[in-house]
Parts: sequence; C-alpha cells; structure tokens
Amino acid sequence: MQKTFRILTFLVMVCLVGSLLTTAALAKEKVKVAFIGPLTGGVSANGIGGRNSAQLAVNLRNADPSAKYEYEMISLDDECKPNIGVQVATKAAADKHVIAAATHYCSAVAMGAVGTYNKFGLPVIVWGAVLPDVTYGNDYKEVHRVNGTMINQNQVAAKFMRDMGYKTWVIIHDTTDYGKGHNTYFTKELEKVGGKILGRFGVTADQQDFTAELTKVKQLNPDVVYFGGLTNIGVRIRLQMEKLGVDAQFQGTSGIKSDAFLNTLGPLSEGALSFQEGAPIDKLPGGKYFTEQYDKAGFERGHEAYGPFAFAAMNLILDTIEDVGPNRKKVRKSLNKVNGYESIVGEISFDDHGQNKVAAITKYVGQDGKWVVWEDSEYGNGKRKLKKL
Amino acid sequence: MDIGFLGQYVVNGLMLGMMYSLVAVGFTLFFGVLDIIKFSHGDVLMVGAFAGLTTFFGLEAIGIESAWIQLVTIVVVSCVLTGILGSMIGKYLVLPLKSAPALNTLLITLMAGTVLRECIRLFFPDGSNPKPFPSLLPSESYSWGNFTLRLDSLMLLIFGTLVIVAISLLINKTKLGLAIRAVAQDGETAKIMGINFTLVVIVTFAIGSGVAAIAGIMNGLYYNEINFDMGLLLGVIGFSAAIVGGLGNIYGAILGGFLFAGLQTFGAVALPFASAYKDVFAFAVIIMIMAWRPTGLIAERTSERV
Repeated sequence: MQKTFRILTFLVMVCLVGSLLTTAALAKEKVKVAFIGPLTGGVSANGIGGRNSAQLAVNLRNADPSAKYEYEMISLDDECKPNIGVQVATKAAADKHVIAAATHYCSAVAMGAVGTYNKFGLPVIVWGAVLPDVTYGNDYKEVHRVNGTMINQNQVAAKFMRDMGYKTWVIIHDTTDYGKGHNTYFTKELEKVGGKILGRFGVTADQQDFTAELTKVKQLNPDVVYFGGLTNIGVRIRLQMEKLGVDAQFQGTSGIKSDAFLNTLGPLSEGALSFQEGAPIDKLPGGKYFTEQYDKAGFERGHEAYGPFAFAAMNLILDTIEDVGPNRKKVRKSLNKVNGYESIVGEISFDDHGQNKVAAITKYVGQDGKWVVWEDSEYGNGKRKLKKL
Repeated sequence: MDIGFLGQYVVNGLMLGMMYSLVAVGFTLFFGVLDIIKFSHGDVLMVGAFAGLTTFFGLEAIGIESAWIQLVTIVVVSCVLTGILGSMIGKYLVLPLKSAPALNTLLITLMAGTVLRECIRLFFPDGSNPKPFPSLLPSESYSWGNFTLRLDSLMLLIFGTLVIVAISLLINKTKLGLAIRAVAQDGETAKIMGINFTLVVIVTFAIGSGVAAIAGIMNGLYYNEINFDMGLLLGVIGFSAAIVGGLGNIYGAILGGFLFAGLQTFGAVALPFASAYKDVFAFAVIIMIMAWRPTGLIAERTSERV
C-alpha cells in the first residue's frame, strides 16, 4: 500500500515539475496598461461599456499565443468628475509599470487630466470625450484620441449639405460652449466648401419664444436652418418654424439626436438632420467581429456607443507596445506617427495634435419617428426629398 | 422694413406680451392684498399647463374627441386645480408668515416653486423631457404678403383680452372685488368693516393662480410644447413686468407685460448685435425705468393713513 502511495507521489511530482518547466518556458514579461472612465454615477453605463470593451481587447491579446507580452489592465473610476479624474490620472501616471492608458469619456474630466499625463509622460488615447480642446487646446504629445470631435462632425455636415446642393444657411446656436463651438466650427467648415451664411442668432439655453428670431429668418429666406444646441430648444425652434411658415431644411447637430426630439415633434421631425460621432455598431468596419467577441466574453452590461472606440484605443496601445516594447517614450513616439492604422472603427491617422483625422461620423435623418442612418433611409435612396431641393 | 414682416413682429410681440401680462396680473394681485411677492407663481403656471395636458389625456382615454369640449374642460379643470393649489400655498405657506419679515415669505414661496418643479420633473412620466401639447385650435392661417396671421394666435389673443377684461370687471364691479380692494388698501380697517380677511386673501390667491393656469395653457397651445422648467423664466419676466408697471395695479401689470415683450422683440430684431443679448437689453431697460420711476409706471394709489 505504502509503495503504491510512493509511486503515486513520485508521478505527481514529475507531472508538477514538468508543467512548471513548460510554463517557465512560455512565461512572458508582464506589462501593465490602464483604463480610465466613469464606472459609477449618471453616465456609468458608457464607462462600464468602455471598460468591458478595453478589457476584451486585453483578454483577446492575452489569449493570442503570438503576443510578446502578458498584459494586465488596471481600470480606474473617474466618476465623470474633473477632480476625481485628476486623482486617478495621477495614480495611473505615477505608476511606472503602467505603459499607456485608454482614458476618459467626459470632456470636462479629460480637460482636467491631460496636463497630468503630460507631466508624468504617460501616453494616452482618449476613447470617448468629444470636446475639440482635449487634443487641440494643448500641445501635449502624450494625448491622442480615436473618436471624432464636433470639428469632424461639422466637417462632414458642411460637405454633405453642400454636396446635396444647399447654398444658404442661417445659424441658430445656444450660447453655451457646446452651441458656440458648433457655430464656430460649422462656419469654418462651410466657408471651405463655399456655403453662404445669411444670419446668425445666439439664443439662451432656456429660451421659450423664438418668434422674433424666426421671423427674421423668414425674411432672410435661407435654404437651411442650422441649429447648434440641445433637444429642448431644438424642439421649440422646429415647432415655431412651422407656425411662422419658415420653409427651410432643419439641420441639427449631435445635440438633437434623442428620442425626445422625435417624440415631442411627431410628424414635424420628418426630414430633420443630425450628425453624430461614431456609428451604429453594424456600420463599423469591424463591428460584426467586435459584437461577436463581446457577446462571447459574456459581459453583464452592453458596450454602449463608445465601447468600440475603447476597444480600438486599447488595441492600438497593445499593438504599439508589441511593436516598440514596454517603454513609455517609445510608445509615445510611435503613437504620434500612427497613420492608416486599420481598426474596428475604421482607419486611424493622428494629426500633429494626436487627433484622429478620419474619425467616423454618421449622418442621421428623422424618418417615421425614428433616427435612420442616411444611407439606409428613404431620403438617402431618393424616395423622399428634403426641403428646398 | 417690409410692412408684412413688421406686422408679423407686432403680432409675435402682442402674443408674448399677453402671456407676460397674465403672469404679471397674478404677482400684482398677491402684492395688492398681502404686500408679498409669491415667487412660486411661475411654477404654479407650469403645474397648470401640466394639469391641462393630463386632463387632455384623460378625455382622450374616455373617448371625448370634440376639440371644443376638450378645450373648455381643459381650461376649467386646470384653472380649478391650480386655483386650489394657489389657495393652499396662500393658506398654509404665506398667511402663517403674515407678520414675519417679507424675506421669509419670499424664500418659502421660492422653495415651494422648486418643490413643484422637481415633482413634475421626477413624477410626471418622462418629466424631464419636453412634452408635446395638443393643438386644439383650428390651424388655418391667412397670409397677406409676408404677413401670416394664424387663426389660433388670433383666438388666443382675443381670449387673453377677455380674461383681462373679466379680471378688471371682477375687481372693479363686484362685491368680491370691492372686498379685495378694501383688503389691499388697509387690511385692518377692512376686518373691522366685517370683511373676512383670510377668505379674501385665499380667494385672491385662487384667482391669481387660475389666471396663471390660463397663461400656462395659452403657452402650451401657442408653442405646442411644455416642459417642467417653463415657469422659471416666465416667473421672473412676469415679476419684472409687474414691478415696472407698478406693483399692486393690474393695468400697470398689463402695461409692463406688453412693454417687456416689446423690448424683447425689439432687442432681437432691431439691434445690430446678436439676438443673444435680447434679454440683457430688455432687463437693462427695465432697470433704467425702475431707476427713473421706482414705484412703477402706474403706481398703486397710496391710501391716506390717519
């Protein structure tokens, strides 16, 4: 009996030693990367979706036998609050083992934290914040962004509208940073493609009555009323345009792309245009692959609109580390030069501010009470017509 | 400027002025009887509009579809409900603080307004989004050149004028109006004369709030959209209109309302700089008028006290 036991023990020992040896032969250097986003609070659904997507990128890489390193992702919660954001940014940046990070969904947080990354020399890729100043308001070589901004949005919007044949615009914008930004960038982009702006009205974000402004718009008789602002006053402007008989195409921004806009306006939302960064998942080049992998991974929550961007950002980070090794400076230099990188959200090319130049922007049109992607809509295929065409 | 567009601006301004006036009348009534400022007035108006919308849903649910019956029911139900709300604010929040400093009343009504606003936002289904308000009035419009007169706007203007005339008759020709005026002039003496002070105050609050509900429904019918914070700015503007016209005098309130609307329209249209400053312009002019005539354009007749 005792003999049998000894033999068994011996066999077990052999197996153990054997397996240890094989693991040692396969063991890879561990590399840390970080993810920062709002994991709690009002926009946590987006933060968690982003976190899961970034984690998915890391998991897939670790499962890939040809990867040179083994990656560990630490995820930090910025709560969508600038002060907390700076704290966690410092935490990630001060940890010398963290080579790079995919950071921030909220623009205000990103604005606060980019200085920290610069100070500590941590290369980051922003995966969700849309304010142009995150990349354009500074010269930090550490900061990059894969998603588009309102600049890209207006670039696409201006070109699209001009190509449709519209010539004259009136701009109505709210006087917050959001509305003013849209006013500035749309004007700039429209000038490039040769559209004419007949008039410009700044309105407060809680204004009820627009009849005075809109009567003046009627007098100016533009082809298009461009509205830079959010749903609540967008609804009022569209309604009052109808009341006053202002016969112009209504062109909004990402600010009106909500169900509330369609529900409140009813049939009047028909033909309203909106432009938004990102794209529905099935429109992205790697969308199918991403959803399959995401579903297979069995996350509890969905990836939300910006998940694919977090995935692409993390993948780009991992590819860069694979390429140049786990060294912050080398990673930064390599990221600065990214050009024509194929990702699931399309091609990524950073300009000298680290902003993705070919960011995905989707055009939407209100059709039968739904926001429909332009190319799939009856307006896109010519069955229905926009106003003044 | 083209005469058609000029006419359009005038009609827009009149419509706006009518709503401001109806709000200002409430402020001036409350100040008249109790010398207090009731800052929840704008939010009471908003509640009135939402009560109207709820009544509309109710009528649709039980299958009453005639627009006229709906309209009358909405106005009546909403006025009554809002009147009750207003008189409750008067009875339980304002009257107990009658001898406290005016600042306390101002604060407590300000807070009551916030409570009303947040309640609608949180408890009305999907309350933080704008709500479509049904257009129950005929939507025909008549065009002369560049001037478009919509039948519904015209009807609202006429209805608003009728409401104002009715209020003025009520105050000046009825016994109740006499009592209100007596209380406004001198509460103590009115009591001695056998007037039920508390009742008169509560009724005045009910009337003022009912008028606010009418303004709320007009707002909904005119813009076809209501939302939980619509009362905020309307309250401030109505208050300014009442002040500039002369607190305590209904004609002053009406004048103030139309004046403010005129200034806003003028600011948006005729000033060379952007329309973003139309409120700045309108309020700045109001400040200047107040500096020039601190008691308002039409001041309350001061009673001689022995």
